[in-house]
Amino acid sequence: MKKDIILAGVGGQGILSIAATIGTAAIANGMHLKQAEVHGMSQRGGDVQSHLRISDEKIASDLIPQGQADLIISVEPMESLRYLPMLKREGWLITNTAPHVNIPNYPDIEKVLEKIKSLPRHVALDADKMAKDLGSVRATNIVVLGAAAPFLELAIEKLENAIRSIFKTKGKEMIELNLNAFRAGLAVAEKAS
Amino acid sequence: MQKQLLLGDEALAQGAIDAGISGIYAYPGTPSTEITEYVQKSKEAAEKGIRSSWSANEKTAMESALGMSYAGKRAMVCMKHVGLNVAADGFINSAITGANGGLIIVAADDPSMHSSQNEQDSRFYGKFALIPILEPSTQQEAYDMVRYGFDLSEKLGTPVLLRITTRLAHSRSGVVRKESKEQNKLKLPSNLRQFVLLPVIARKQYKELLSKQTEFEQESAHAGFNQYFDADDKKLGIVACGISHNYLMENYPDRKVPHPVLKVGQYPLPLKMVDQLYESCDELLILEDGYPIIEESIKGVLNKGKKIRGRLDGSLPRDGELNPNIVGRSLGFQHEEGLEIPDFVAPRPPKLCKGCSHHDAFMALNEALSGYSKGRVFSDIGCYTLSALEPLEAINTCVDMGASITMAIGAAEAGLVPSVAAIGDSTFTHSGITGLLDAVNNKTPITILILDNSTVGMTGGQKSSALGRIEQICMGVGVEEEHIKVLKPLRKQHDENVKAIQEELKYNGVSVIIPRRECIQTLNRRMRAKHKAKTANIS
Ligand SMILES: Cc1ncc(C[n+]2csc(CCOP(=O)(O)OP(=O)(O)O)c2C)c(N)n1
Repeated sequence: MKKDIILAGVGGQGILSIAATIGTAAIANGMHLKQAEVHGMSQRGGDVQSHLRISDEKIASDLIPQGQADLIISVEPMESLRYLPMLKREGWLITNTAPHVNIPNYPDIEKVLEKIKSLPRHVALDADKMAKDLGSVRATNIVVLGAAAPFLELAIEKLENAIRSIFKTKGKEMIELNLNAFRAGLAVAEKAS
Repeated sequence: MQKQLLLGDEALAQGAIDAGISGIYAYPGTPSTEITEYVQKSKEAAEKGIRSSWSANEKTAMESALGMSYAGKRAMVCMKHVGLNVAADGFINSAITGANGGLIIVAADDPSMHSSQNEQDSRFYGKFALIPILEPSTQQEAYDMVRYGFDLSEKLGTPVLLRITTRLAHSRSGVVRKESKEQNKLKLPSNLRQFVLLPVIARKQYKELLSKQTEFEQESAHAGFNQYFDADDKKLGIVACGISHNYLMENYPDRKVPHPVLKVGQYPLPLKMVDQLYESCDELLILEDGYPIIEESIKGVLNKGKKIRGRLDGSLPRDGELNPNIVGRSLGFQHEEGLEIPDFVAPRPPKLCKGCSHHDAFMALNEALSGYSKGRVFSDIGCYTLSALEPLEAINTCVDMGASITMAIGAAEAGLVPSVAAIGDSTFTHSGITGLLDAVNNKTPITILILDNSTVGMTGGQKSSALGRIEQICMGVGVEEEHIKVLKPLRKQHDENVKAIQEELKYNGVSVIIPRRECIQTLNRRMRAKHKAKTANIS
């Protein structure tokens, strides 16, 4: 099994927690992993992305080649489209639909959503709202992860364990919140796929 | 031992802890910051008593590390590529003194300038200093090379340069650790004149360095970081330096390259291997994630030999970092492309955080300067550099750390009065103080804003060496007390701040204005930690 994943969002939206969760589950499965992250300047509210590669076999490049990603997982709708050149023909795009508007020229959100919905394989969900309803927008990223879960070919139980271990230091409440967020996202994806 | 998931930077740090360092010295800078932060957070490092607090700049870090090496212990010094410009004097001369305890200098290069003002290649510095260079291609190699580098440094009595690039520095993968080594005991050099670079001694030492070059090359040939993989199709031979080897292999899903490949991880180049490749292949392709250093040297200035392909002949782009696609194209592969980016997708550049104190400081400066012609603000490097962009458009220069005060001096002396310098608190103690002394000695009419957010903001909120010392430093350097003003950059104090700046703009001498309010990021972090501590107490 081999999955090449582009994680996308805006600095501060928590894409590295998504990466850490998938990574922890993959390692627990005895898989190889390479994960290129963006640190530094762009974290100041700019666009950020991470290349996450997991595989049963050794991985060569830290970067995913263009047109080879199996999945784009994005916490922000416009950002999900920035990486379309990376996505395989038969790849899936999983994205939050709630825009993060911190630039004056953010495009018409209807146009953005229309483009997302024109893709044959996509899951789009209002993860901001779902996370808020569950108790905190801070779990938005994990809602999106839940929606991506059926495409990862990792056991759901392993992913939930990974969430438990990633949020261990943040306390019981945070673990519960994020497990609920994960399950809510998963439920949406199971309907869509 | 079990695999640990580590960033390239973290692998270097863990490698250093396990190799028995007694100290790590550094000034923050992307993509090198995480090396020192890892040691600072490591329980093991704390138990072993490894010193790890931040230095004022790269030069002080370099020299402190050299001092530790003089005393016989292992030291690592880390910086971003441009930091090596700051540390260059000590760095180049450390090659002449040689090392006593193992000494590794880590330079983290940033091809594509993800977070930098240039993409200089530190391998040039290593070549310039005539010392061995290590360039890992994987996190595991990064870990292993630190151990080997310290052994090499002690065996041959030389500092070793370890060059890493952004992509590996900030990429995570599994690393297997080795057993941990004890730290060295205090042991001074047997020759107590070794580090005295008087010409008469330096000449001798330099000859010694020159004579070590053969041994350095021997090490490159035998240490195992340079590997020759022969193959049948000799129409092409490939030299793959550092991380570019990964991009090469990515293009062959079965991991079998049909051409001979020389994988390079250590310099000086292993000449026999290069010769074998050159002689057995029709043409060569050189892959380097940086400047075309190896390409140029194999080609020679006259380029009269075999065809050498790479960045210089257009087979690869002349600038920017490599990736699997770029390398694939140079090998003649076509890649399946995904869909195009829709044209309505807007760029999302980094910007000052909501509530940032710099924003209010520059709002006040902009208004204070509104009566003068534009183009008077000489700035520096830090979060505040983002004020060059819309909506503030408040600054006109950013060149290197410390260049704000000094460039303002030159401009004022050319007749641009008032000239304003805008510099962050950490940048001020990094490289601003000497410039301030020049201004005071010449009584140059400049107004200096020391933007004090009480942290090194740009690189993630490290402790600033300037903390609690700025006024004292300015007075000590000789700025008149009545021309040092501290402001609170808040919107509600805007008018007051504008007035204060305007008054100093009119002063015919050196003024220092210190807008002081904590970075919003470190403030939030502190508040969260406080909240957490409180709730932990309750439960
Ligand atoms: C020689 C050199 N070292 C390090 C860096 C990386 N760097 C850029 S800005 C900066 C610190 C800025 O801190 P400060 O001046 O306090 O400004 P702030 O970001 O907090 O606004 C650092 C470490 C660099 N660009 N050049």
